Amino acid sequence: MSRTLAEKVWEAHVVRHGSGAEPDLLYIDLHLLHEVTSPQAFDGLRLAGRQLRRPDLTIATEDHNVPTIDIELPIADPVSRTQVETLRKNCAEFGVRLHPMGDAEQGIVHVVGPQLGLTQPGMTVVCGDSHTSTHGAFGALAFGIGTSEVEHVMATQTLPLRPFKTMSITVDGELKPGVTAKDIILAVIAKIGTGGGQGYVLEYRGRAIEALSMEARMTVCNMSIEAGARAGMIAPDQTTFDYVQGRPHAPTGADWDAAVEYWKTLRTDDDAEFDAEVRLDADELTPFVTWGTNPGQGLPLSASVPDPETIVDENERVAAEKALTYMGLTAGTPLRDIHVDTVFLGSCTNGRIEDLRAAADVLRGHKVADGVRMLVVPGSMRVRAQAESEGLHEVFLAAGAEWRQAGCSMCLGMNPDQLKPGERSASTSNRNFEGRQGKGGRTHLVSPLVAAATAVRGTLSSPADLV
Amino acid sequence: MRPISGHTGTGIPLRRSGVDTDQIIPSGFCRSLRKTGYQDALFATWRVDPDFVLNDPERADASVLVTGPDFGTGSSREHAVWALRDWGIGAVIAPSFGDIFWRNALRNGLLAVRVPEQATTALLDLSEAEPWTPITVDLVGQQVRASDVVADFEIDADARQRLLLGRDEIELTLGKDDLIKAYERGRPRWLPRLGQDLVRADSHD
Repeated sequence: MSRTLAEKVWEAHVVRHGSGAEPDLLYIDLHLLHEVTSPQAFDGLRLAGRQLRRPDLTIATEDHNVPTIDIELPIADPVSRTQVETLRKNCAEFGVRLHPMGDAEQGIVHVVGPQLGLTQPGMTVVCGDSHTSTHGAFGALAFGIGTSEVEHVMATQTLPLRPFKTMSITVDGELKPGVTAKDIILAVIAKIGTGGGQGYVLEYRGRAIEALSMEARMTVCNMSIEAGARAGMIAPDQTTFDYVQGRPHAPTGADWDAAVEYWKTLRTDDDAEFDAEVRLDADELTPFVTWGTNPGQGLPLSASVPDPETIVDENERVAAEKALTYMGLTAGTPLRDIHVDTVFLGSCTNGRIEDLRAAADVLRGHKVADGVRMLVVPGSMRVRAQAESEGLHEVFLAAGAEWRQAGCSMCLGMNPDQLKPGERSASTSNRNFEGRQGKGGRTHLVSPLVAAATAVRGTLSSPADLV
Repeated sequence: MRPISGHTGTGIPLRRSGVDTDQIIPSGFCRSLRKTGYQDALFATWRVDPDFVLNDPERADASVLVTGPDFGTGSSREHAVWALRDWGIGAVIAPSFGDIFWRNALRNGLLAVRVPEQATTALLDLSEAEPWTPITVDLVGQQVRASDVVADFEIDADARQRLLLGRDEIELTLGKDDLIKAYERGRPRWLPRLGQDLVRADSHD
């Protein structure tokens, strides 16, 4: 029978097929942990006297609330410090490998996994973090779970689940210069809505997707959750194999050959059917930015703040009205006229080396505008080291940006990197929810190119505006 | 978990769509190590507004949250469910939920039920007009009832059964250990495994 990529990966992990009310029991190949969603799960194991079943399929990193300056000092905030110390104690007690603050492999959990070669095609990957969808870029089935499910995976290395519905997102054509993976995914979310993907795994395909680098594919899959989807996937190809080969945990020798032979079968069959299909033309895409308080409220940078009165759907109209009030925006204002106080370059969406290179290329020879602060936060210490070996940090520093240590940072403002009430950011992160980057803060989601150009001009801009 | 056959309480009408988990509980409150004690964190930012529905003294004991589509989108933080539960909320009624939030809710005995938008709107109208009218979520009959508003709901059969019987999902899965072991014996040998060893220093980028 013809099957989609998601169905093939699912089927390869079924421990037991459900019947009647019972769901399938799915095996989990890799479990990623961080400090915020794991402590209660470890406690649950202890209370029930249970073991961590597979410490060898589990890895932890400190990312959500770690500071990005003075990391050699103890964490100043006692609550954050306790949470990080608890992860260290738990990992020591249960035998989990941890990359702590200061470690050469520390970083955002979704940057670390792929970088170490732990994320490979055809795997199942879970984490107590919604952006686990990132790993789908390798043709893995990867999705976020809550703490109860984290505990379930710790104890059993499985999850009871019903098969996800499948949706194809076909992006044909070719991206124009200055248009990136971030613009693709913001356009997808604007098209299908923040609830459009509920219950689905999205498979991104088409010429424009095939042309993307692995890091760009991760940006696309990362924000699948912002369309409400359980996961996002891209079929593995030579680009994928080239990226994985040689990484610390990649197979070698005969294992590599056997793995690649299998990975090549991980494609949606020609006559397989999706439960839903969406099409986009890459040629028509331009830099995309959000104007509201959910990631679906986005428009091309050339547009103006929309008038809620023109929105037909009542829920969307009310949401737009509330968003404009929160964002302090007036309908009809050109998006390019919006001033920002802060530019944030980083996160599991856009904190990889290619993102830093792209932004540095725009910033080279320019200065960050007066009254604007720009934070550059690499996704991992390895990305940071790579950037420094290429001299990118000098470009950022010369432009007047801050060059920070690795972590989630201002993406969610759990550490001291936050917006103040009323401050406005252009951010390469994934969520523009009210207060996401700090209480009262206002967020515009953008690509690294738009972030860099915005830093120079002080208003939402694309690199083309700098010429 | 104790068995749950339903929940009855007065309503908290929250007439908004797409309420994300960052609103239900801002991230700063997610640094606790515990599963309880989050009642003060629930909608912490919105509650600063004295007119916010949770501040209505008439609804101090209300326990059924009625809201718009896409409730609980965004972050996977189970703290959102713990905060609702700690406030005293036993059921949330909405046309649709964020998938991870929905799974988290049912694993904590919080009845998150999908009721079509027309009926949800009727419940919002009713609860706004008559704060004292009880709303019942009947898990056995799969029905929501309040005054003259009656709506059936669908719910995952496995989740329903676990709630009704109060069964521990982990215990159930551990009962299938033989099957898990058999599966593990067939896993390809190239799949990555971690040791306590340090990773090789020569990886590229």
